[in-house]
This record gives sequence, C-alpha cells and structure tokens, in this order.
Amino acid sequence: MKGDSVSILQKALPQGPLRRWRSDVETLDAALSGGLAYGRMHEVFAADVEDSVSTAGFTLAVATGMAEGRSLLWLRSRRASRGGGVLQASGWAELGGAPDQALCGVLPDTMALLKAAVDALRSAALGAVVMESWGGMRELDLTASRRLSLAAEKSGVPLLLLRVDADAVPSAAHTRWKVAAAPSRALPGNAPGLPVFDVDLLRQKSGPSGLSWRLEWNRDERSFRDAAHAGALVSVPLRRPAADTGTGPLRQIARHAA
Amino acid sequence: MDARAQGIGLLPGLTLADARARVPDLLVAEMDEAADRHWLERLARHCIRWTPLVSVQAPDGILLDITGVEHLFGGEAGLVVQVEDEMAGIGMLVRSAIAATAEGAAALARHACLPVEDERAAIRALPVRALGLDAEATVALRRAGLKTIGDLATRPSASLAARFGMEAVTALRRLLAEEQAPMDPLTQPAPLHFERRFAEPVGHQETVAGCFADLLREAARTLEERALGGRRFVLTLFRSDGARHRLAIETGLPTRDPALVLRLFDERIATLADPLDPGFGYDRISLYLPVTEPLGASQPRLDGTVQEETALAELIDRLSTRLGPGAIRRLVPNDSHIPEQAQLALPAIDSRVPVRWPQPAAGEPPLRPLFLFDPPQPVEVIAEVPDGPPHCFRWKRKLHEVRLYEGPERIASEWWRRRGGEHPGKGGLTRDYYRIEDVRGRRYWIFRHGLYEEKPDPQQGPKWYLHGLFA
Repeated sequence: MKGDSVSILQKALPQGPLRRWRSDVETLDAALSGGLAYGRMHEVFAADVEDSVSTAGFTLAVATGMAEGRSLLWLRSRRASRGGGVLQASGWAELGGAPDQALCGVLPDTMALLKAAVDALRSAALGAVVMESWGGMRELDLTASRRLSLAAEKSGVPLLLLRVDADAVPSAAHTRWKVAAAPSRALPGNAPGLPVFDVDLLRQKSGPSGLSWRLEWNRDERSFRDAAHAGALVSVPLRRPAADTGTGPLRQIARHAA
Repeated sequence: MDARAQGIGLLPGLTLADARARVPDLLVAEMDEAADRHWLERLARHCIRWTPLVSVQAPDGILLDITGVEHLFGGEAGLVVQVEDEMAGIGMLVRSAIAATAEGAAALARHACLPVEDERAAIRALPVRALGLDAEATVALRRAGLKTIGDLATRPSASLAARFGMEAVTALRRLLAEEQAPMDPLTQPAPLHFERRFAEPVGHQETVAGCFADLLREAARTLEERALGGRRFVLTLFRSDGARHRLAIETGLPTRDPALVLRLFDERIATLADPLDPGFGYDRISLYLPVTEPLGASQPRLDGTVQEETALAELIDRLSTRLGPGAIRRLVPNDSHIPEQAQLALPAIDSRVPVRWPQPAAGEPPLRPLFLFDPPQPVEVIAEVPDGPPHCFRWKRKLHEVRLYEGPERIASEWWRRRGGEHPGKGGLTRDYYRIEDVRGRRYWIFRHGLYEEKPDPQQGPKWYLHGLFA
C-alpha cells in the first residue's frame, strides 16, 4: 500500500554521485569538490566558547540551505541551553531559516542526544539534523559516530554536529570545520552588519583540507559570500572619537535614510 | 435576565439605546450563539452524573429525566438542592422545577413562581404563553379571555383544535400530564475499552504480544466504524498475583494503524527502567483509548509517496515516546514584545499546525539574537551618562571593547499588566537595547535597564544586562 513498487524502482536505480549543496562561494565549493554532501555527517567546532553563537549561526545557515524548505531538527544538550542561551525563533528567522518548520529538543545528556539523532536521521522526513553539544562527548566514539553516519547515508539527511568547548577526536565525519566570529562590514552609521564567520576546513575525507575562508551570510539570498576578497571590509578605529558618542538615534536615521 | 437586571429596569427585547438610557454604564457584549450552545451541552454532559437521560433544550434549558433515580440523592428535594448547589458552584444561576412531564417541568421552570408547592395547581395557573404556541395564537387566546392553562383545560379540546390546530391540543395535553412526549437524550458512545481474559495465567511473551495485536486490530475496527483515530493508548497488564503494569503512548496525529501503535509500544517498553516481569503470568490484558479524534478514511497517493507530513508526525511520535512528551518542541510566537516572553516552546506532539513567524524585512542585518539569556546576565558597562551607548563592557570577567553599535531600540515594560501601572513611575523600567559588535567580531545584544529619569537606582544609576547573542 505504501508505494512498494516505487521504492523497488528507487533501489534498482544505480547509486548516482553524492548530492551536494553549493554554497555559491566558488573556492569553497571547489575545495569540497562541488559542495557540502547530503547524507553525511559534518562536524563544526567552535574556535572558542565565546564563538559558540557564531558557530551556531554558521551551522544554521548551512542547515537552512541544505534543508531546502523542509523541516529542520535542532537537538541541544541541556548544558548547551544553559551555557549558550535559549534558542530564539525570531533570531532564527533573522538568519533566513524557517522556525515554524523547525523542531527543537533540549535533552538531558549525550546518550539521549545520540539516540534522538539516530532516530531522527532514520526518517527521511527531515531536511537536516543539527546536534549541538557543549563539552566533551565520551559516548561519541567511533562506533557511535559510524552509526550516525550510516543512518544519515541511508536516509540522505545531512547531520551537522555542532561542538563547543570540545577537542576533535577521530570520527566518521565527512568534513570537519572550525568557526570563529569575524568583524562584519559596518553599515552606514557604524552599525554592525551582516554576520561574518572565519571558517577553517580542518579535515575532509578524500579532499584538500587546511583551507580557510571569511564568509558573509546573506539571509535574503540564503547564500554565502567571500568577505575576504570582496575588499569592502572597512577598517574602523578601535574606539570612536568621544564627540561621536551619544548621537545614536541620529545615526540610526542616517542609516535608514541611506 | 436575572432578578437584579430586572430590578434596574432591564427587560428581554429592550433595544440597546433604551437599555443604555436606563443604565448608562452598561457593558455590552456580542451574543455568541455557538459558544452558548457549546457551554449548554457541556453543562448537560455534566448532568449525566445525576441521571443517564439528559437532553438539551436550546437555547437555555437542560432536561433531566429523574424517574427512578431521585432516591439516590435523598428524594426529589434532595436532588434539586444538589443540582442547584452544584450549578451555583460553577457560577450558574438556575431555575429548576419538577413535573410529571418534560413539558410541564420546562414550563414551570420558565414561567411559574418558584418554588412550586402544588404542581397541578401551579401548571393550571401558568399563563397561556407557556404552551409555546406562536405569538399570534397566544394573543388570540388571550383576546378570547383564556389567560391561564387552567382556563384552557376546562374548554372542550375539539373547539381548541378547530381554532388553533392540533399542536395546541397536544401541547396542552402534555402540560397537563395526559400524554408523554418522547425524549431525545444525549447519547454517550460506549468507551473504547477492549480486553482479553485468560482462563490460565499466560507468561509466554509471544502469546501476550499476539493477544495485544489482536486487541489493537479489534480497536482499529471499532475506530473505523466510528471514523475516529486514537491519540492516546493505554495498555494495562493484570498479573495473576494482583500487580498491574500500565503503559501509555500518545500520538501526534490520530491513528488506528495497529502496526504503528505496536511499534510505539515497543519503543515505550524499551525505555522502561525495569523490564516487564510476567511473574506467574498475566490473567487479563486491557486496552483503553481515552483520547480520540475524528479521522476519515485515507487513500494512498497515486505516486505512492508517503506524505511528508505523515512521516514527520510519525517521527515526532517516535521521539516523544522515547524521550518523553515534552522533549521535542515547536517554537510558537507569543503575543508580547518583551523579548524573553515572545516565544513559547510547545510540545510538538500537541502543536501539529505550525504557526508562521514574521519574516524579517529584506536588506536589514539580523535585528534579533539567535540565543537569548533568561534571565539576562548582568554586565559592567562604561557608557556616557545619561543615555549614551556603551563604550566597553565586562562580561564573565572579560573586557569587550565596542567597535560597532546600533541603537537604542527602546522596549517599554508591559505597564498595563501591573496594578497601578498607568501612573508615572509605577509601570516598570524601560529597556534600551543596543546591538553591539566588539573588536573581535562577536555580536551582542545589551540593554540598559531603566531610563536615567526613571531613577531605577538613585546611587548607581541604571544597570546594564547582556540579553542575547547574535551569530
């Protein structure tokens, strides 16, 4: 009744090349031989605890791009929620995601996190799964990570494993990244601009690694832009002249007028 | 219209202008017929505790057939006291009467002077409009000098039928208890309760599992007949030594698919801290469905794909069964402009329909943070007095130098929720939010709690808090 003939057809089809998500940054896509692969596990490490939110932003941007309008599941450990703050749907929407399509779970420990992630990856209903964990994950050994990546391969759902305050250990991940916050391009009136990330590709299965980019996320186009080569980075004095302070609202108006 | 309303001159059928003229500070609310009907039906269902035969008399009456049940509540008088107490307890003002027929009781409750001493005499003293005829007939009866039911009862019914039709005679006979009308009681569907009893205790796991699958199939057939789907399934295993094991699962979408329910029960059993011990065997297993919802027949799509929505609902059910019903949540907007109260995280199993979040304006940077601290974290800030932006701030013992900022975005407190909040100085403190980027590119959301003139703390001035983090 549930379309057995179709699934048989799909099984009969030869396994094509990996489906990949193009980030629109040519050098990045070239390094990944075409883009970030679906149905694989990708590890994203925060360079520092204070970069947790930038790492989360980068992960969310990638996950939103990869989900292509389907539901996204964001699993967090309780420690992540305590240390990093409560996930906000309004901020999620501000990064171009669709929080109404999203599900989030805050789970007590790593074991529950891993179980939930494997369960979620087995279903093809999701667009992407994000698993956020703070601190070391002793339970995530090679077996566990292999189980995760097998589940992802079977359903074709990408898994983004977001790690804060943790060291990289051998795993079955397809790629491994390190993300840090980077200064944004200031908007008129010295206002903080679009989010910019310093991204390092630490490791990749069968591909070059040790590359870095400075990426700017544009939520309106849902695409990254190479911020380092744009040449538009404005150098701004560390401290504004004292006379310039206290005119915030006025500069606001100037920005909106511009 | 209760006695107090009538006491100040309000009457049914009065125009709004007239009513306002009589009571200038009248509060007016639209009539919500559907809600009234719904409430009346709920009250009627509540009344089933006194008698199984309850019927709703729209728009404002409930009829209880108390034949043979009144002795359980201390006779008719005791029952009336109980009903009136109960209704007063939930804030309902009732007029109640007891009569030999349903029509008689309804007419007494609506038109007679309560309490009724002598039922027969009271019915005969009722005005003719208690018959429930149309306005024309009622006026005609009154013009003919027939003012009460008693007057009518003395006339030959043939002439009454010739003049006002057979329904007038029927109504009269029913009021006078010469004829009984059929009743249309609320129906109560039989509870969805299925069970198997064994002659000998059964300890063999496969047998119990097979029996349970049988129960599920039986439940599925009954559900299909009633076009329902179960949302909650409770399995109880009765052990021969008296111990009971109770297992329950919930689904996000109504279902009657035995395989799916069985799978969820498997998950549930897998999460049990101590495994089910059959001991000397079970002598009874029962399945109960306390929560059901309408579920029509469905057909598979032509292209054979299982609908994505169904697949997602199944995933939510599975995760919620494994990790607890509140583990997987959906973020839903809450109607508040206070940032930490602007969203609700509802269990995904209960909130099936996604609620749209407003899309941010194009061309703007993110104006709301991805993560929010609740409660906000206090920071030490160097800023210009009275309302300058921060220069630098210290958070978690680290100094952050501000490179870029935008603001303030002023968010006032919800003064209308406070008692006396409309008076100056009592409405709570205003927050001035700044979007800030420090020299290393980290983006923060910081606010000053209280304007300088609000004097939140006369010695130190307003406090600063870090509320959120931007990506």
